[in-house]
Amino acid sequence: MTSSGSVGVVEPRRARFDQPLALRSGGLLPQYELVYETYGTLNAAHSNAVLVCHALSGSHHVAGIYADGLNNLGWWDNLVGPGKPLDTDKFFVIGVNNLGGCYGSTGSMSLNPASGKPWGADFPFVTVEDWVDAQAQLASQLGIEQFAAVLGGSLGGMQALAWTLRHPARVRHGMIIAAAPKLSAQNIAFNEVARQAILSDPDFHGGHYYEHGVVPVRGLRLARMIGHITYLSDDQMAEKFGRRLRHQGPQYHYGVEFEIESYLRHQGDKFATYFDANTYLLATKALDYFDPAFEYDGDLAAAFATARAKFFVASFTTDWRFSPERSRELVFALMHNRCEVSYAELDCAAGHDSFLLDDPHYHAALAAYFDNIEV
Amino acid sequence: MVRLTDNIRFDFDVIARWIAPGERVLDLGCGDGDLLMYLAEAREAKGYGIEHNIDHVVACIKNNVNVLKIDLEQGLAGFEDGQFDHVIMSLSLQAVQNTEGILTEMLRVGREAVVSFPNFGYWRHRVSINEGHMPVSDSLPHQWYNTPNVRFFTMADFEQLCEKRGIVVNERVAFDDDREITIDPNNYASVAIYRLGRSRS
Repeated sequence: MTSSGSVGVVEPRRARFDQPLALRSGGLLPQYELVYETYGTLNAAHSNAVLVCHALSGSHHVAGIYADGLNNLGWWDNLVGPGKPLDTDKFFVIGVNNLGGCYGSTGSMSLNPASGKPWGADFPFVTVEDWVDAQAQLASQLGIEQFAAVLGGSLGGMQALAWTLRHPARVRHGMIIAAAPKLSAQNIAFNEVARQAILSDPDFHGGHYYEHGVVPVRGLRLARMIGHITYLSDDQMAEKFGRRLRHQGPQYHYGVEFEIESYLRHQGDKFATYFDANTYLLATKALDYFDPAFEYDGDLAAAFATARAKFFVASFTTDWRFSPERSRELVFALMHNRCEVSYAELDCAAGHDSFLLDDPHYHAALAAYFDNIEV
Repeated sequence: MVRLTDNIRFDFDVIARWIAPGERVLDLGCGDGDLLMYLAEAREAKGYGIEHNIDHVVACIKNNVNVLKIDLEQGLAGFEDGQFDHVIMSLSLQAVQNTEGILTEMLRVGREAVVSFPNFGYWRHRVSINEGHMPVSDSLPHQWYNTPNVRFFTMADFEQLCEKRGIVVNERVAFDDDREITIDPNNYASVAIYRLGRSRS
């Protein structure tokens, strides 16, 4: 891609909401806070705002760096910045940590006003739709009546999709990348194994581990290891690690022998130091529950009857977690409703993770699409 | 916003004549979306392009044309019966392996199909073969060793296939460059354009 700049040093902000939020699970959040970041400038007409929704383990820190941690680069920094495909010279970009998240927005680690203790496992179940409704409240508070685009990959793509259904008048372009209109049984199965890893960790304490001063590190590690297996393609794993050993020949023990073991353990260890187990549980359940066609007897086309946005859908050939087939389902449902849609299926080796990388065709397609969004 | 390319292919004009205002069209092998842009401007046609080449997909997005990256060799699985007024394939049929399959699919998904292709029976091509070489011309610009074309057929061949498959030729226009050819087009036309329908049976 063309050379481009960074949004530079950024600072998260915090928005407070005292209107209760009704959740799909039946619960009610009496008040809540959302942590967010913005890049670029909101124009006078307030018509250039783009919301970037994060995936399972993402955050509001989409682009730029923090003054006190220069290595802390935003998770989609290769996409967002001046001169980048999502150009902050044109757009006002917002990243927000979802409800139930562990990066500062109200979640399991926050204090439950009823008990004065952290919510822990008592934090209500939140769904993709609840996240979207909370994001809509934030948009209103920021004076954004309508987003130029809502964009997301993976679980973030599901939020972008939900935006076009729940708030059709408030989003002009839905950009859904490496996502699916619902999880398959296999997807749910992987999530369930990850959850069981956490739930069965003796340090989990029924979700109230904060009070015990411990972290279910073993469960989190396992959950992340399982996740990482599904994020990479078989080919890429073979290419990156193959059967390479750390030592000369087999050692006949259960320590690290193969490079892939080393990689997974490293990813698991790292994750367990910063991510919250309750958030992981909540987010995987939000994934599992997501199914906009459910209320329409499984008819996805019927679910999109009210959609008014224009759509950009992208998938990656080696993504077996949310395969191209799942994106095509979405595209055909949109076409049934005569929605405007472009669909790019990209030849990338990196599996599900491809959506975070900067394949030239992928970024060229995004840049071209963003370029045509009128603000 | 919409900017038409400088050299509008002459078959576009014929195709546009066959499209009623506001129709829904699907353009198979849509390139950079130039035909769809032309039809949007000339006929307010709405629809989608299908492309397998990712560079063309990106070019379509740049041109603000709805495009779907789909491999035509897989047919049009997922598209609904009669979803479009016209399914168009402009100068691409000769590059598709599954000729019969795609023609059947076009008439399943579209009320009518519009197909244009280079006529292998064009007299200059015959001369070339007579002289011992595969033809290279404006309508068949590639060498035999680098052509994307995989099917070589004449207008007569195509009409025979239509007959065999119960496809009705509703209209036919043939050209030598931009000159319309009415007499013995299988010999004198370099490009043919057909408007096809399903047989009534």
